[in-house]
Amino acid sequence: MSLRLSTGGRLIDRATPVSFRFNGRHLKGVKGDTLASALLANDQMLMGRSFKYHRPRGVMAAGPEEPNALMGVGRGERFEPNQRATQQPLTGGLTAQSQNHWPSLEFDVGAINARLSRFLPAGFYYKTFLFPRPAWKHVFEPVIRQSAGLGRPPEGPDPDRYEHFNVNVDIAIVGGGIAGLQAALIAGRAGKTVLLMEQTAQWGGRAPVDGDLIDGGPAQAWIDAAVADLAAMENVQMRRETMGAGVYDHGYLLAHETLSHGVPEGPRQRLWRIRAGHIVTATGAIERPIPFAGNDVPGVMLASALRDFVVNYGVAPGKRTVIATNNDDAYRTALAVLDAGLSVPLIVDARPEVTGALPEQVRARGVRVDAGTAIAKVKGGKRVEGVAICAQDGEGAVTEEVACDAVAMSGGWSPVPHLWSHCGGKNTWDAAQAHFAPDPDRAPTGADGTAFVTAVGAAAGTLQGDVALGSATARLAALLDVSADAPAVEVAAEAPLAACWMMPARASYELRSKMFLDFQNDVKVSDVQLAAQEGFVSVEHTKRYTTLGMATDQGKLSNINGLAILAQELGEEIPNVGTTTFRPPYAPISMASIAGEARGEIFQPLRRTPMHDWHEAHGATWEPVGHWRRPYAFPRSGESVHDAVQREVTNTRQNVGLLDASTLGKIIVKGPDAARFVDMLYTNLMSTLKPGKCRYGLMCNENGFLVDDGVVARLDEDTFLCHTTTGGADRIHAHMEEWLQTEWWDWKVFTLNATEQFAQIAVVGPKARDLLHSLGGMDLSKDALPFMGWADGTIAGIPARVFRISFSGELSFEVAVPANRGRALWDKLVEAGEALGVMPYGTEALHIMRAEKGFIMIGDETDGTVIPQDLGLDWAISKKKDDFIGKRGQQRSFLAADDRWRLVGLETLDGSVLPDGAYAVAEGTNANGQRNMQGRVTSSYHSPTLGRGIAMALVERGPDRIGEVVNFAMTDGSEVPARICSPVFFDPNGEKQDV
Amino acid sequence: MFDVHTALDGASFDGAIRVAELTGQGMIALRGDLGDATLRDAVSALTGHDIPAPLHAAWSGEVTTVWMSPDELLILLSYADAAGAARDLQGKLAGIHALVHDMSDARSLFRLTGPALRDTLAKLTPADVSPAGLPVGMARRTRLAQVPGAFFLRDAQTADLVCFRSVARYVFDLLKTAADPAGRVGYFEGFPEP
Repeated sequence: MSLRLSTGGRLIDRATPVSFRFNGRHLKGVKGDTLASALLANDQMLMGRSFKYHRPRGVMAAGPEEPNALMGVGRGERFEPNQRATQQPLTGGLTAQSQNHWPSLEFDVGAINARLSRFLPAGFYYKTFLFPRPAWKHVFEPVIRQSAGLGRPPEGPDPDRYEHFNVNVDIAIVGGGIAGLQAALIAGRAGKTVLLMEQTAQWGGRAPVDGDLIDGGPAQAWIDAAVADLAAMENVQMRRETMGAGVYDHGYLLAHETLSHGVPEGPRQRLWRIRAGHIVTATGAIERPIPFAGNDVPGVMLASALRDFVVNYGVAPGKRTVIATNNDDAYRTALAVLDAGLSVPLIVDARPEVTGALPEQVRARGVRVDAGTAIAKVKGGKRVEGVAICAQDGEGAVTEEVACDAVAMSGGWSPVPHLWSHCGGKNTWDAAQAHFAPDPDRAPTGADGTAFVTAVGAAAGTLQGDVALGSATARLAALLDVSADAPAVEVAAEAPLAACWMMPARASYELRSKMFLDFQNDVKVSDVQLAAQEGFVSVEHTKRYTTLGMATDQGKLSNINGLAILAQELGEEIPNVGTTTFRPPYAPISMASIAGEARGEIFQPLRRTPMHDWHEAHGATWEPVGHWRRPYAFPRSGESVHDAVQREVTNTRQNVGLLDASTLGKIIVKGPDAARFVDMLYTNLMSTLKPGKCRYGLMCNENGFLVDDGVVARLDEDTFLCHTTTGGADRIHAHMEEWLQTEWWDWKVFTLNATEQFAQIAVVGPKARDLLHSLGGMDLSKDALPFMGWADGTIAGIPARVFRISFSGELSFEVAVPANRGRALWDKLVEAGEALGVMPYGTEALHIMRAEKGFIMIGDETDGTVIPQDLGLDWAISKKKDDFIGKRGQQRSFLAADDRWRLVGLETLDGSVLPDGAYAVAEGTNANGQRNMQGRVTSSYHSPTLGRGIAMALVERGPDRIGEVVNFAMTDGSEVPARICSPVFFDPNGEKQDV
Repeated sequence: MFDVHTALDGASFDGAIRVAELTGQGMIALRGDLGDATLRDAVSALTGHDIPAPLHAAWSGEVTTVWMSPDELLILLSYADAAGAARDLQGKLAGIHALVHDMSDARSLFRLTGPALRDTLAKLTPADVSPAGLPVGMARRTRLAQVPGAFFLRDAQTADLVCFRSVARYVFDLLKTAADPAGRVGYFEGFPEP
């Protein structure tokens, strides 16, 4: 049974108990515990069920590599699934739940999968659920989803906030063990700006647990001094609980800081976006499990993890620990266990001879060490009851059974190469240590071709304290071109390990099918072997076929063992098989931290016009246009939106309406070559426009397709003001700048996006002139300001530019004033217009009025495949110009063809409103058996002016077919007949706007 | 002018730093050849100082000039003066190719003050805001979370920050969030000013 020891535990404070709940039970730990150590202290060995077979699982590791002890932590909206118990600090009132079981952790129906395991081999899904095809969606997938799945999502929206933090530093160091600290000391003393990050809450890494002596004293004393020295350096910043998550091009490093484990006052997590001159990875190493039968039974754990639990937290998974190893380091676990007063009945060492200093120390304390032996299998189900022993060089014939309640295993150590590898750093196989280690000659390189990442310490393959500090010192000194001395480290010399990829070496199939490689995804030795037999020779393919390394731990424990088994099966050397690709993040980080501050009110920028608050106060319903919100309509109390729109149209046609047109793009184009430039931008001839006049223009892209439209006003001989659509302002400005900067760089033209300088109000309707005149300041009579003219002046004391243009067919003035005075003008217009019946109108009324006039709308009548000629806008395409953007594109055969779909109006025979986007059907079917089409509706409204439905549509040879009736398909299969007519439904001669 | 309303009517917030929208702020955009003697003389006559070096701002009295691009300056001056000054400048530059426009209403200007200035900015912009990367007087056009913005430091604890008028509320809310005292980072506060 697991237990709290009576002494020890360097990270815990036994005097401060901490209450928590696990699966509804009230338990007690102590301050400094992790959730994992607190559960062990309560003899809670069983911490979860595996993903596929629902096998009982206990804690395997003590850090971020933990595959089994994944918990749902917290409650309600702060519930977080898949949290590693080994990294979850125990806080008062913490609630945790184990995962992957039903109805309970102790009794789990899904465990039947384990009995069926021989029917669930690698590639099971691919092989089984192929036929019949519909069964996948309706039968197999729902069942699989029900039985699979890790944690459940939180209940309700996340109440916390998160943030980003951007920094630029000379040297970013990931990992605060002794190598990372030494690297920081050297870089800090060299005057570099340094950011040192450590994923846990403690500096120093493993050295204090492993008992290294540095500079003649305990490692902890050196660590404390190093931390104090660093803290005193102004150019060094240190962050704990900050995990290096990913390395990207150009020295970009992402790190994730945990700020609160409970209810935070400020942000809960912070995502560091670091631009580093150089990145140092001091990320340590991870111990490898040994594949033997039953290596997943609760109570079996990594030797280093068992040592961590004993030394750091004063807990042990059992009183009798059998150790299985192929190296000397595991004997440190034996010493730690013995020092804690617990027994080690047997050490099973796969090596034929065991003669190292550490084993000798252990032997001297009376522990039996059997060389050349292996664990044949672990006895027990929900916890270890004993082990069966066999010869390593055999098939698993059991020679003896040993009772125990814990098993510590060590297959050697692998450097953590993730950050090194994210951006292309390569790793080289080190046969002596049986691991891949970063190859300094094949580092990730930056724009200048030099390395921008350096691995140091155990992460560089220099595993022991002495060589770890040695590599950190030598590599930093070389990198920074300084001299530095490594501290003297005393560590026990270790004899070489013997690679051990399976226990025993020639195990039977039965044993191999109980040897777990990937604990989280239940991938066994037999699965990888089956994949190899079925032809999966690439490690990347084998990974995906077997799901090896595809769980939330991303193969931190399984990677090397898995590819060693694959290599063995393929008869290849391990380096020839290679590793799978390491991708960020190193360990999962929250989506919320990636979103950063973007939530609630600041989820997205909301662009507001100067009149936005008025609209809001007057009940506007909104239409998003880009990041703007434009009023769609202004429904009055008790009025439907539809009724409001109809009222707004009618009132504007009969009295006067106000439209907030501030969002329309306003780009100033100035220079001696401005006229030439706008002639190229627009399809029209703009250079002939006289100062004081306006002209409607079309812009196409190089392919000839219509991309924007708007009114151009010539301000003076070399200045034009180009109005764009609301959504087009930034895009068209960029379009202009691109042509000026890349193609016509020698033309003398400057552009300025002055969209936001002006509030613009359209005053529209038969009484528009009366309303503006009532405010005083400008003569806006027909003679003073004729249709398609503009004039500067003052209205109601506000400097204004008035454009006499109309998008509604009514008498219309667009008044531009400085944005800071837009609200004042709006208020005056509303006040003065009361007697005239003024009403604001929204975008929908605007759309209806322009459709009644047959005016096109970019994005409705255009979709990126429509040329102006399709819309009957040939009149706006100059024949006099040699060139304009899109001219050549429009001459291509299929754009010049006469059977293109062209703009027409439609009147339904019954007066109903056609659905927007409805297709006009033709006779016959196409090659796919679909009904042939001959057109589609681009805009459709109920016109209050005409009292019936009107629509615009693109119809094949449309303008040649005026009067013809075509049928439009409805989604219910019926068809609605409509008659083709002119798209200009109202005032075709334009008399109303020119009064 | 009683009917002049900036986007936020001078809203302010006191947190880890003080954030205040400045009212009465005018701005002139100038595009032209910044090496042209006529242009340099005309600008200096208006501003009272030389055109700033690339990536910098210069100021004297109530007038500040910000380098925006190799051919663009932003001149900050009082709102009341801006329209007239823009007309005068355009007049002086009539003989050369240049674009002058009063942009006083197009942007909002925030003044940020306090020791946590750099930490607050670092939450919103990817620009290097370290003392070495953003010394007093350097100007950066960058982004603030999801919108364009620009800023420069007047001294180690004072910055002027501009954004487009339409997103003034968004930027103010961003700054308020970033300047929440409970979210103190304490990063740049440790770094010495050069």
